[in-house]
Amino acid sequence: MEDMSNIVRVSKVTKTFQLGKIEVHALKGVNLEVATGKYISIMGPSGSGKSTLFNMIGGLDKPTTGKVFIDEVDIAQLDAYELAWLRCRKIGYIFQTFNIIQVMTALENITLPMIFGGMSNDAAVEKGFQLLELVGLGDRFQHKPFELSGGQQQRVAIARALANDPAIILADEPTGNLDLNTGEEIIALLKQLSQERNVTVISATHDIKMLNVSDQVVWIRDGRIDKIENREELSISVGQIDIRE
Amino acid sequence: MKNSPFSSKENARYDKVHRQVVLPFKKSVEIAFKSIRVRFFRSLITTMSLILAISFLSFIHVSTDVANGMLATHDLEFRQALIRSGYDLGPEENSVDSSPKQQWLVILSLLVCIVGIVNAQLMAVTERFREIGTMKCLGALDRFILRLFLIESGMQGVVGAGTGALIGAFCALVNAFLRFGLKAVTAAIWQDVAVSISIATGIGLLLSLMGVLYPAILAARMQPVEAMRVEQ
Repeated sequence: MEDMSNIVRVSKVTKTFQLGKIEVHALKGVNLEVATGKYISIMGPSGSGKSTLFNMIGGLDKPTTGKVFIDEVDIAQLDAYELAWLRCRKIGYIFQTFNIIQVMTALENITLPMIFGGMSNDAAVEKGFQLLELVGLGDRFQHKPFELSGGQQQRVAIARALANDPAIILADEPTGNLDLNTGEEIIALLKQLSQERNVTVISATHDIKMLNVSDQVVWIRDGRIDKIENREELSISVGQIDIRE
Repeated sequence: MKNSPFSSKENARYDKVHRQVVLPFKKSVEIAFKSIRVRFFRSLITTMSLILAISFLSFIHVSTDVANGMLATHDLEFRQALIRSGYDLGPEENSVDSSPKQQWLVILSLLVCIVGIVNAQLMAVTERFREIGTMKCLGALDRFILRLFLIESGMQGVVGAGTGALIGAFCALVNAFLRFGLKAVTAAIWQDVAVSISIATGIGLLLSLMGVLYPAILAARMQPVEAMRVEQ
């Protein structure tokens, strides 16, 4: 029996894209294990295969060869129904562009995954209010996305990602469209939620601010894992970068 | 049923929730309705081609109903008036039908209408790619997306075709009044008119659903990874 404390296990994964006649090897054999409850950052320049790896972990894309296990389930074996279930219950997604559904209010956005998950409307609304309180937007439930600032929208997205108590939160450049202060607030919120709820947070990012809170940083370069650094090793290199106090 | 790939610990829980990715019908209608309301002008343009084509169809049918009503009164003056106004009426015939030319025009207008709807809905789907992708990331199944689009289109179809049918019927009656006088309008068999309006509405609804089918299937098959792409 495999070690159950690993929520995500990536084994010898390669991914090849066909661009016209050219084959692009986005990932060239990646092995990665992510322990439950950790805060992981995947760092790497654009074109490094970072997003591809990230999408694999999220069950959004299937590897060419190799296997991706989420909670020890090989996602390549799942049919459409089971994948939807996985996305609904196990994984919460946070996007760079927030992707709040524009035609719905903040509260409706948060209740939608719970409705998909089979919760009754009343229960979903009640939990939706709690989640909005949790991310500090308790009084904003009736607002439409365009009435909210970027940071507030991202908070709604975080609440939405937490709706079905997922095991993993996948955050794709969650601070990419936010200013410095708001970005820090969002990072702090993610970190706090990760600790309080024992949720594994995996984020793909360029943001140096992320390093500060990460338990582990995975550096990707040219389709391979360059190095994996733990927090203790990191603090030295972070110290050299001028981060606002 | 295929074996659940989830590990033994998960199995019990998984089986219990296996039918638990759901979107209740009431909720679908609610989402579809809101979606139309928010994009009101967009929906209006999609519906407009339907209104026009269906009002033409309804106009032709109701005009024929009025003419038949006039013939049913066995009033010779009406008969002469109808022949003068271009109806092809033999000496023994006691009913008229829309001419082949009119039927062709109606069919053509309906064809143009359906192409218009497909076009408008394809654009709507493209605009909403990210929304659809996001929903799929939240656990929506393909058929949720399909259902949302069909319900939305069904609502547009009923409202658009209904409006079109009423406008067409109204125009046909006004036209009959101006050409043959009030007596002709009162001679119309209202049951036939009602049937014509219902048929036109039904055809309109059908066209609306047919028009959205391909775009909706396209939307439903979209991979959720599209939602993650930043550039749009």
